[in-house]
Amino acid sequence: MSSFNAIVPMSCVTAAAIAAMIAEAFRAPGERMPIGPLGAIGLAGAAISSVLLWKDGASSFGVVVADKFGLFVTFILIIVGVLSLAISEPTIDRERLPRGEYYALMLFALAGMMLMATATDLLIIFLALEVLSLAVYVLTGIRRDHALASEGALKYFLLGAFSSAFFLYGIAFTYGLTGSTRLDRIGSLMAAQAMAPTPMQLLAVGLLLVGFAFKVSAVPFHMWTPDAYEAAPPAITGFMSTGVKAAAFAAFVRVFLAAFEPLRPSWSPILWIVAAATMIVGTVVGVSQSSVKRMLAYSSIAHGGYLLLALLAANDVGKAAVLFYLLTYAVTNIGAFGVISVLENTDQPNDRVRDYAGLWYTHPALAALMTIFLLSLGGFPPMAGFIAKWYVFSAAVKRGYTGLAIIGVLTSVVSVFFYLRIIVMMYMTTTDTPARVPPIPRMAGLALIVSAILVFYLGILPTRVLDWAAASIATIF
Amino acid sequence: MVSLNHYLVLSAILFAIGTAGVFVRRNLITILLSIEIMLNAVNLTFVAFGRALGAADGQIIVFFVMTVAAAEAAVGLAIVIALFRHRESLNPDSWTALKW
Repeated sequence: MSSFNAIVPMSCVTAAAIAAMIAEAFRAPGERMPIGPLGAIGLAGAAISSVLLWKDGASSFGVVVADKFGLFVTFILIIVGVLSLAISEPTIDRERLPRGEYYALMLFALAGMMLMATATDLLIIFLALEVLSLAVYVLTGIRRDHALASEGALKYFLLGAFSSAFFLYGIAFTYGLTGSTRLDRIGSLMAAQAMAPTPMQLLAVGLLLVGFAFKVSAVPFHMWTPDAYEAAPPAITGFMSTGVKAAAFAAFVRVFLAAFEPLRPSWSPILWIVAAATMIVGTVVGVSQSSVKRMLAYSSIAHGGYLLLALLAANDVGKAAVLFYLLTYAVTNIGAFGVISVLENTDQPNDRVRDYAGLWYTHPALAALMTIFLLSLGGFPPMAGFIAKWYVFSAAVKRGYTGLAIIGVLTSVVSVFFYLRIIVMMYMTTTDTPARVPPIPRMAGLALIVSAILVFYLGILPTRVLDWAAASIATIF
Repeated sequence: MVSLNHYLVLSAILFAIGTAGVFVRRNLITILLSIEIMLNAVNLTFVAFGRALGAADGQIIVFFVMTVAAAEAAVGLAIVIALFRHRESLNPDSWTALKW
């Protein structure tokens, strides 16, 4: 049975998802079932098995490897999952969404993300990508009575399916070139013939790059992001902006820094341009948004650019930066979308920047939490975002990507403008018609406080987590 | 004699037709069909490579891709039906509430 060890964490989550589906099917009309806690149990199982696997690691069938890198991302995904489950509860009640289906899809998506983070075979990466994408497409459009939600889901689906065809075409060429879809064999074959890359090699790398760039919403493949993020319920937006990004970056790092590392001279200039464009477009277009959700969507595009920079600059110093940035971004962004989710009313989305006017006077706790998350996204010390950005930019400078680091610093300065706009609105503006905010459910409030504590913990005492991140990424290259 | 290159060129042409279809056609169902053509072009590539390499992997991968394509079609058509209920139209140009 030892060869099944590496897939135990995702199996726990899958089992919880199946249990949620069955519970929904056998539920009597009007009966409430504790499906949320069921998902939490599955995630707890995944967490325990990941802790047990941490020391020795495991490999299943040669295609799924529970190394420290994969497990670190799995931990990020478990945190994302638990926080999303807690934040989702009020949304489900308010919108009368099918509870079982909602949680089942969320857990299936999480299982796909975990598989994607630990897969070491291109075919498995593709399957994991589809498992998570199909679940997230449906979650995006789960408010079927909203025309906007269906439209956002359609755009996400069409572009997602389109880009996964490109990704698959890249896998096909890689397979044709190397006769294998295993990353380690691809890596050794690429290294043997890296001196003069053939056109077909470049084609394969380019097509895979398009697929990944879409999933991490890098410019010019970012068009779906604001639409999908606005259309989905905010709890789902928080989930997919962090979980999908973490899983996609994990696979991106594995494929490009392990298997295609020998071809680095061919792909690093392209990635340079993509990273620069992603940071600039995400920030500049973000400034002009009046919807908070769209603004944070563009902010998450910009953060994808910083992650691409971390990926490019991954050297001895910067290796830990990718994982640490993913973790801080995950807890911060899920917190910010959690606040938006709590503020939302059935008849009033409270999504405009002006809806935040005077929030400090009506709901000081929510305003304070939102301030913490926004300042962390902007990179203010002592929040986590500051340390994460510091590590990324210093790694970039050490690796010789000074130009990109300068673009990164400048765009972070510009991005502070739109984060501060909300903060100024909350504290310094008063309005005669303050936004009506529904009562804050206990679980969601607790999740927000936990994310805020994590943001401070990672910002003030980052050393231990950074050591873990460094140890994790050392296992792949 | 049909060589590997013939298959690769054919699949590249099919892939290009699918890609063009996604951009050119103005009907959601046809766009979904175009994406299916792209996936099947990739399948052809896998089969051709598998045969040229003398390995069964290429053929087996196609089964996985076909399963994924079926799941994708199910989700895609479900989303199209949900949309059609809101506005009786399959023209993607009538869905422009979200922009920028």
